[in-house]
Parts: sequence; structure tokens; C-alpha cells
Amino acid sequence: MTRASVILCLAAILGGAALVAAGNASGLVPTYVVSLIGKYLCFAILALAVDLVWGFAGILSLGHAAFFALGGYAMGMYLMRQIGTRGVYGNPVLPDFMVFLNYKALPWTWYGFDNPLFAILMALAVPGVLAWVFGWFAFRSRVSGVYLSIITQAMTYALLLAFFRNDMGFGGNNGLTDFKDIFGYPLQSDGVRRGLFIASAVVLAGALIVARSVVTSRFGKVLIAMRDAESRTRFLGYRPERYKLFVFVLSAVMAGIGGALYVPQVGIINPSEFAPGNSIEAVIWVAVGGRGTLVGAILGAILVNAGKTYLTGAMPEIWLFALGALFIGVTLLLPHGIVGLFGKREARKS
Amino acid sequence: MVADFLREIRPECGGTAVANTIGTAGMCGWLDRENDVSGFIRRLCALVMGLVLVGPALGHAQDDPFAGLAGSGFDDIRRGVETLATAAPPQAAATILALQAGALFAGADGGLFIKAGDGFVDARTGKAVAVPEGVKAVRVNNGVRRAIEAAMGGLTLFSPDPVVRRSAAEAVLKSRDAAALPALTRAIAAEKDEGIRGVMQQARAAAVLATADATQAERIAAVGVLRARGDLDARAMLASLTDQPAAVREAAAVAVVAIDRMVQLWGLAQGVFYGLSLGSVLLLAAAGLAITFGVMGIINMAHGEMVMIGAYTTFAVQEVIRARAPWLFEASLFIAVPVAFMVSGAVGVAIERGLLRFLYGRPLETLLATWGVSLALQQTVRSLFGASNRDVGTPAWMSGATQWGGLTITYNRLVIVVFAVLVVAALMAALRYTALGLRMRAVTQNRRMAASMGIRTPWVDAMTFGLGSGVAGMAGVALSQIDNVSPNLGQGYIIDSFMVVVFGGVGNLWGTVVSAMTLGIVNKFLEPLAGAVLGKIVVLVLLILFIQRKPRGMFPIKGRAVEA
Repeated sequence: MTRASVILCLAAILGGAALVAAGNASGLVPTYVVSLIGKYLCFAILALAVDLVWGFAGILSLGHAAFFALGGYAMGMYLMRQIGTRGVYGNPVLPDFMVFLNYKALPWTWYGFDNPLFAILMALAVPGVLAWVFGWFAFRSRVSGVYLSIITQAMTYALLLAFFRNDMGFGGNNGLTDFKDIFGYPLQSDGVRRGLFIASAVVLAGALIVARSVVTSRFGKVLIAMRDAESRTRFLGYRPERYKLFVFVLSAVMAGIGGALYVPQVGIINPSEFAPGNSIEAVIWVAVGGRGTLVGAILGAILVNAGKTYLTGAMPEIWLFALGALFIGVTLLLPHGIVGLFGKREARKS
Repeated sequence: MVADFLREIRPECGGTAVANTIGTAGMCGWLDRENDVSGFIRRLCALVMGLVLVGPALGHAQDDPFAGLAGSGFDDIRRGVETLATAAPPQAAATILALQAGALFAGADGGLFIKAGDGFVDARTGKAVAVPEGVKAVRVNNGVRRAIEAAMGGLTLFSPDPVVRRSAAEAVLKSRDAAALPALTRAIAAEKDEGIRGVMQQARAAAVLATADATQAERIAAVGVLRARGDLDARAMLASLTDQPAAVREAAAVAVVAIDRMVQLWGLAQGVFYGLSLGSVLLLAAAGLAITFGVMGIINMAHGEMVMIGAYTTFAVQEVIRARAPWLFEASLFIAVPVAFMVSGAVGVAIERGLLRFLYGRPLETLLATWGVSLALQQTVRSLFGASNRDVGTPAWMSGATQWGGLTITYNRLVIVVFAVLVVAALMAALRYTALGLRMRAVTQNRRMAASMGIRTPWVDAMTFGLGSGVAGMAGVALSQIDNVSPNLGQGYIIDSFMVVVFGGVGNLWGTVVSAMTLGIVNKFLEPLAGAVLGKIVVLVLLILFIQRKPRGMFPIKGRAVEA
């Protein structure tokens, strides 16, 4: 993760995004492709978040998709409120599914979500607070390694079950969909799609800069020391739980932003986003690209998802085999991922 | 006393001599004056009076319980049905059924015939007769139909089929029909089966409470009988006793409280049974994992797929049996258990040799690689067997349920509990008493020392992983009986299994047992409070908190061996 590779990556993200957006504006690139790539960029933000905790703090979280989905739900709730009277039932306050489920008033959990700033704040705060509470308990009692992985998985599983319930007031099985507007502009228009895409690219670039500045700082050095020898770091007088907690919360917030950008581009959020398999898939993106390289996480997320789009369309029955083989092949043959293939010297150094 | 007397004479009253019936009628009048008349007696009087009035018109009235059916009006026919049911001669049930089916014909001379196929039989004797001249179908209206239904309830109490007798007694119990009292009394006297007689006595108690002329002692005795029954029907009956003497009401109130307590206790026991049943399912799913994760420390995310392969093996075994040897079907599960053990075990050994041995010491990579294996296995099964659920048959000996006191125990759940106990016992015995088990323990405790003593550690690794996977396969046989056999079967158990093993304490098979049963019971008791899904969420959250308090589970293994 040299300075050069990061700059190259930033240039590729922003330059590529500008090219795609320009191509779309001039009619060369269809809008659905723009949204598709925008979706990959959101996944790349999630991958970056996973790499931050797994690659640099040694926390293998199998529940990061939960933070992503929570961010998505916050955005989805704002978009639901934006529908207003254009819903099937035309209720100015209650979203369609609430009218359908005989809600009389808006549940308190929905207060404030008509305000876009509040919704964005919640997209950051809800994953952040959950990560803080979860991490505070877990790291303080020194739950680590596979135990931590298992309980993060249990967390996302519990959330999956919870969001499937209609009583939760978040749309149950169907989730939130049928959005119309974002910030007053029609969501289906090419311009808004392009704007969301560019926003995703810019946020991804920003996240990369933040992540890199964290891991190259003095703080990041302690983080890496802790990853490789936690007890030794502790004996040197550092408090690993604090470092872990900070990076875990930061990572969760990052995942939440990714989710908030993801929802308007795909047009739906439902509980299946919490499925434990999604979190594990996010981990494999990082493994494919190269754990602990940041750039690799972005590369892995985009490549694997592009492959998924192609295979599920062309040969749906092959996709799970391919993904399974990817899991096995990468762990056996490519322990440093794709980036490890190129930067051999660097891999040895870290 | 009068009631007893009436109960005794009522069976005969339809067929006794006119003098006798007039006497009865007179007595009814006397009772009337005593101001102690129930609907039952009034009905009886009306019946008798009716018979007396129509009697002369019908040739057989005095000694023939069938006579009323040949009458001309609906009222006659209705009374005829009641008379016949009370007298209950051998042909009564067939005759009344024929009437219900519209197959009863009456001749002008009072002859009754049942149409059977093309011919006729005499209703009184059941013997075939020549087609009589000028017969007309006996008509029914709603009043008659009601009488038929009530009559059939009483008549089926004498059915030769014990199942019919029992359900008839239950029906009378629910209807609290005071009119059934005489029939019940005779049925109780005739009944040989202890259980059915009990139900009949309860039905009789309910009828006694519904009559107006029972003594207080009889009523209190009846309350006692219902209290002994102790279920919700009895409770509802006792709680509704408002028009009774104070002492009876008091006894009933006490009985209701007692029944409530019993029902509560039985409910608790039922909850424990459900919990144990769920716990056994968890235990079965987790037992294999307790070996691969608990003993070997391998995070096998494909563990659920081993269970799934076991379930599909059951399906395949049953398909073969259906095609080749249908007479073996009842034993199909016994055949499937070892086959599933071998198939899942072989897959496990293949995974260990082909993949996991390169990843020892890298638990997180193992996790990812085995997740990849699980995806590939799911897709393989989906390609081979299709994505939809496959139908695994349940042998007859596993279906159905039994009632044990207030407990309903379904056989398939019971079998799974027993099976889980057997599997875990076998697993413990294998670890403790076999040569392989000894080597396994040696290798887990000190791999290098074990290797120095000449133990082929790679072989032991492969066999241990195979054993754990094979146990998962056996679990699949059991789960195929209660869950949908689909490629996603394993996904539903993987997180639960890990939670069970971690909660119990890694490397401790007893801990796994205790933890599975605890989680099962807690889950089942949370369900009525919070609903199934919310209950599960609560359990998950509690588990997460618990693991954060005690990361090594309820029963951690002490000592240096587990230092990570």
C-alpha cells in the first residue's frame, strides 16, 4: 500500500467515474450500467470497511453487512417519507406498508426521517452506535479470533430475524421500496442516477483517503502491532480494546455510508441484506483483492461483483460453484490476494 | 331416589304395557306437583303421554319399540326415534341410520323395512324380506333429525368398536346431555374397557350435574369425577356450574382451582418436553461440530451442509427402498443412519485431506475456505436433486402421538430425543473407549508428543474430522423428519450449532449437551411470551452477551491445553 498505489487507485476511481458519467451524459453509456457500477462502488466502500478491521486490526467481522444494511435502512426510510401522497394509498404521512398493516400513526422510530440531513446523520449514527456498544462489550472482555467472528455473525442473524418481523415497522419481508424522489429530484432520472454514481465515487475516494491516513498514522502502527501480537502490545502499555473499538466504529460508520448510497441506486432495501452470507461475501472480496492493502479491497469488491453480475446472468447455476471455488482458491493459493501478486516486496514488508 | 327410579324405568317405558305407562304418567304428574321437574322428566312425560295416545292406533305399541317410527306425523316419528334409542334393541342403530339416510320404509300395517341395495330387510329382525306392497318412505324433518343425532350419540355407546364407544362418550361429555344418563348408566355397567369406562363415568358426571333431580351428594361426587379428569373441558364445565346448590358450587370452585394448577403444571411439563425436543435437535446438529470445532478447533462453516447431505442420503435411501424393496420402508431410517454416517463422513474426510490440512493454524482462512465448500456443496445438491424440497417419508411407527396425563407427545419428537441421547452416548463412548478416541485425545492434547509416540497424526486428523462430519450426517437423518429437505437445510442450523458449542464450552461434550438443552428450553419458554421469532432474537442477544462475559462458555476446560 504505497503512496503511489493509493494515488493510482484514487485517480482510477475518480477518472473512471468522470469518464463513465461523461459517457452517460453523451448517451454512450446506458444509465443502468451507471447504476450498476455505482452499486459496485458502494460494495467497495463496504469492502474498505471490512479491510480496515480485518486487515489492520485482525478483527474478522462476519457481520459487517449489518452495518451496511442499517445505513441503507436509514436512507430507505427517508426515501419512503419522500413518497408522500404518491403511494398506492395516498397517505401523506404513513408509507404504504403501514397503511396496509393498519398503523394509525407513525412509529417513533420513523420520527425525523422526512429530513434528509437527519436521515444521513442516522445512516452514520445507527451503525456507529451499534458497533460501539457491541465492540465495547466484546473487546473489553477480550473476545477475539473465531469467537468474535461467531458472535458478529449471530448479531447480523438476530437483526435479519428482527427485520423480517412486520411488527418492527420497517416493512418486514418486503422491506422498503417504490421510492420516487431524493432531495426533491426524481430518482429515476438520468441526472440523479449520474449524481448518485459520482457521489459514490467521491465518497469511496474519501473513504480510501481516511482509511489510509488512519492506518499510516501512529495510531495505525499500534493497530498493526496489536494485530500481530496483541499480548505484547498490551504489555508495552497500550490498551488494545480502545484501539479496536475506535477502528471498529469507524469501519461500521463507513459501511453505513456505503449502504446509504447503495439503496437509492438499487431502489430497494430488504432484510435479506442482513443475511450472514452477505457479510462473509464481503470478506471474500477483501481476500481476493488482498487483505490489509485497502486498494486490494476496492479491486476485489469490483472484480468479484462484476463477475457475479456476468455469471448470474449467463450461467446462474455456475455462480455458487465459482464463488465457492474463489473462497477455496484464494485462501489456498492467493493468501495475499491479487495485489499480493504485483507487490511482492511490499507484501513481505508488511 | 326418584331420579334413580326414573333412570331405571325409562329404558322400558317406551315398550311397557299401557297400564305401566299410565302409572308413570301419573307419577310424573305427582312430580310436577312436587315442583321438582327437569326438562328430562317433562320430555319423558310428553313421550309417554304421546305413546299412550297413539298407542291404540298402532298394533305393536305396547311391546314394540319400533312402533313410533311407523307413525304418520313427524312428532310420532321423533318420539319413535327416542323410544327406539332408549330401548336400544339390536337393530336400533341400523334402523335409525336408515331413517337418517332416507332408506327406511313403513308399511300400512306398521311394518318397517330398510332398503338395502335392491331388496328390503325387516327393520325389526334384520332378515331379508320380499318387497312389501305399498310401503312409503318414512319422512324426516329438522326435529326428527335432531332426535336422530341425539339417539345416535346414545346408541354408539354400545357399539362393538371401542374407538366409536370412546368418541361417543366424549361427545356426550361435551354435550352434557342429561337425557343420555340412563344410556350411560347401562353402558358403564356393560363396559369392559377400563379407559372407556372412565370417560363414560366422566360423561355421566357431566350429565348428573345437568339434571335437576340429582342429590347434593351425587353432584359433589360428580364434581370429583370431573376434577379427576382435570382437562380444559372439565374446567369449563365446572366453571359454568352456577345454578347449583352452594356446597356443589364450592366444590366446583375448589376443583377449578385444582384443575388450573394441574393444567399449569402439565403446561410446564409440556414446555419442558418441547424444550427438550428442540434441545435434542440443536444437540444433534451441534454434536458433530463439538468434535470438529470443539476438539479439533476447525471452524467448519460447511458443517450444516454435512447435515444436509445426511438428509438427502435419507431421501436417496428411501427412493431406492421404494423402487426395489417397498416392504423395507418401515426400516428405512435404520438403514439411512449408517449410510448417512458413511456418506457425510467420507465427504468430511475428503474436505480434510483436500483442503483443511493446508490451513491448520489459520482458523480465519479455514472459515472462509469451508464457507466456499458449503456454497459448492449446496449448489451440487441443487444440481443433482433440484432446488425444491424433497419429500422424505415418515415410517408409520414414527407418526402419531400419545397422551400421557396432560402431555401430548408426538412420536417423531420422542424418537428424536431418544436418538440424540443415543448419538451423544455413542460419541462419548467412541472418544473414551476406542483406540481412535484415545489417539484423538492424545493428538488434541499434545500433537507433537503424540506424533513422537508413533501416532499418525494426519490420519487421526482425517478420522476425527470424518467422525464429526459423520455425526452431522446422522443428525441429518433425524432432521429430515421434522424439517424441509432442501439444499438450504444446513444454513438454518450453522449459526445455532456454533452458538451451542461456544455456549457450552469448547472441547467439552457434556457442556454441549447442557447448552443445547438449556437453549432449547429457554427458547420454548420465551416463545409464548415473545413469539417464536422474537424469542429467538432474545436468545441470540442473550448468547452474545453471555459469550462476551464468559468467552469460554459455561464449562471451560481448565488448564494450559486451551491457552490460545
